[in-house]
Amino acid sequence: MTLIDLANPTKFLSLTTRVLPWLAVATAILLLVGFYQAAMAPDDYQQGATVKIMFVHVPNAWLSMFVWGVMSVAALGTLVWRHPLADVAAKAAAPIGAAFTFLALVTGALWGRPMWGTYWEWDARLTSVLILFLMYLGLMALWRAVDDPSRAARAAAILTLVGALNLPIIKFSVDWWNTLHQPASVMRMGGPSLDNAFLIPLLVMAVGFTLLFVTLHLAAMRNEILRRRVRSLQMMQASQQAA
Amino acid sequence: MSLGPYASFVVTSYALVAAIIMLLIIWIGVDYRHQRQRLRDLEASGVTRRSGRTATEI
Repeated sequence: MTLIDLANPTKFLSLTTRVLPWLAVATAILLLVGFYQAAMAPDDYQQGATVKIMFVHVPNAWLSMFVWGVMSVAALGTLVWRHPLADVAAKAAAPIGAAFTFLALVTGALWGRPMWGTYWEWDARLTSVLILFLMYLGLMALWRAVDDPSRAARAAAILTLVGALNLPIIKFSVDWWNTLHQPASVMRMGGPSLDNAFLIPLLVMAVGFTLLFVTLHLAAMRNEILRRRVRSLQMMQASQQAA
Repeated sequence: MSLGPYASFVVTSYALVAAIIMLLIIWIGVDYRHQRQRLRDLEASGVTRRSGRTATEI
């Protein structure tokens, strides 16, 4: 099967049905290993056991941006290449991305309270991630507000590309402004500043959560293709009844 | 394994992540079954795809 074959929804459905069980098993294994390593990781000398929140907070924070990046590529696919599955991919990713962003915000607040003394601070990193979450919700509302999927797709693609401007702001907010949030400690010049006792479980969890996203995204795309089949059959039924 | 004085923050974080992920999985699974059922109902009412293939065919 070539890449162009995946533009055919039926072939895409066939592929996802074969791949999904394997992806689900790989995701479950990686997350189980990750949770075990996170549980066994030592306490931080300053943060104590609250450092364990990092193993769920950071993967969710990464994915909140990664999913919007995937949606931005899909938006280009809709506007430039008019790929038939591009808007399916974008629409299916939005609720999953919103869930990861919500989890990043809430686990960050739960980590912030014991470490910073507050659940929330209107600093650049926290505020820009909150804006990202609101943009996910806005995008989902836009998809629901427009009946015709192809019209909704173009509007959503433009909004997604405009929203992508927020991604570098989130990433570099801790460098550009004086924030309560700590600077990057993994993806930084000079390599990670974390000890391997924390870095390895964090990377395992990050890969596990990324696989979880891929699995959920493929399953949600399959649902969206079926939903469009339902819509086209309903329209055929309506036109047959009218004739 | 002792989580110290802030155990409630750690446990709540993990419980919340697990709950939201479970909700996502359940929502996507239920949606899949719902869409397939709607397709079966439409086909049972006599509507077929232009290609002639069954709508639930994967």
